Amino acid sequence: MAKKLRVATASLAGCFGCHMAFLDIDEQLLELLKYIEFDRTPLTDIKHCGPCDIGILEGGLCNAENVHVLQEFRDNCKILIALGACSLNGGVPAMRNNFTLQECLEESYLNAIGAENPHIPDDPEIPLLLNKVHPIYEVVKIDYFLPGCPPSGDAIWAFLSDLLAGKTEIKLPHQLLHYD
Amino acid sequence: MTQYDITIDGQKVSFTEGQTIMDAALAAGIYIPHLCHHPEFAPHGSCRVCTVTVNGRNTTACNTRAMPDQVVLNNTKELEATRRAIVQMLFVEGNHLCPGCEKTGNCQLQAIGYYVGMLTPHYTHFYPIRAVDASHPDVAIDFNRCILCELCVRASRDADHKNVFALSGRGLKTHLIVNSPTGKLADTNFAVTDKAAQVCPVGAILHKRQAFVIPIGERLYDRQPINLVGDLAQSNPQGATTHG
Repeated sequence: MAKKLRVATASLAGCFGCHMAFLDIDEQLLELLKYIEFDRTPLTDIKHCGPCDIGILEGGLCNAENVHVLQEFRDNCKILIALGACSLNGGVPAMRNNFTLQECLEESYLNAIGAENPHIPDDPEIPLLLNKVHPIYEVVKIDYFLPGCPPSGDAIWAFLSDLLAGKTEIKLPHQLLHYD
Repeated sequence: MTQYDITIDGQKVSFTEGQTIMDAALAAGIYIPHLCHHPEFAPHGSCRVCTVTVNGRNTTACNTRAMPDQVVLNNTKELEATRRAIVQMLFVEGNHLCPGCEKTGNCQLQAIGYYVGMLTPHYTHFYPIRAVDASHPDVAIDFNRCILCELCVRASRDADHKNVFALSGRGLKTHLIVNSPTGKLADTNFAVTDKAAQVCPVGAILHKRQAFVIPIGERLYDRQPINLVGDLAQSNPQGATTHG
């Protein structure tokens, strides 16, 4: 049997919904595992990614750590896939782009109802927030895009099975293509 | 009235004098994607999504007169790529976040994104900062999603005779304005029954308290593509109230 493809996944400024949708391919996971093995992913708890064939990223970029993870994936993955609405346009986290970062922090940590000892967190271990939330393709080259919030398990499976079959141009039928 | 012919993708289509290529195509049941076009109003030609190739040159179908023996191309890979780029630019110019929009599934911009195979907005997002006007008791306007198609402007002026809306500014600064001293919709004579409240192809003019009357997943474009089910206005000529 041919060598298994190494796959890394991560959630950046996302909600892990796309990872849940990935698990929604259910028993196809067993089929998939005949062809792939996991590197860095929340499923293996490996913290950094080594050389991989495929990287799958959900979520956009809202802080400096997101950008570092994105760079690590681009440096190590031959094929990088943007999974889900947030990776494509910032998604729901990008709704904060209508406000300044200062306004967001003050609303959350100073003026929030029931805030005790109100102060804006400043621990140096907390990644610095970006002024605006951005999609990942604005920072590195992305090879494939799969929209949806989240993309359905069926869409993810259709996409991955086409990709594993060696197709380079992957077209989803209307039923599997959704932005919401 | 004398009938003439053009061809669209090799198919013979007849038209009468004065009709546009879009009129002729719609009458023949040929779908040319469009956002700012509505058969009841004078064509505007602003969204550019209906770009077709006429005798070798690209032009918009909605405001180009059909002329005898024109050779029109509609479904080509090149035109699909052009339309996709146009739709992508519309997406990045505004704040079109489908998962958070109550019009999702009933949005023509989204449906045309699907139709032209848009998988990513591709361009750099503008993330403009635009205020929402929820002052009116029955209608809210989310300017974040306005694509400047002028359908509400035309409907309010030509059908309702109220002149509630207009476009102001030029170029990148073009934006929709409301004709009242405060600039607020509540201070106009706009009503939810106005034609202008029914024609928005995106989620900019929203009927309050109707957002989830039809659940997500059961909406017009959730199951079938726009070339098969047509525009929102056609599917519900009485008004958009059941469309959220």
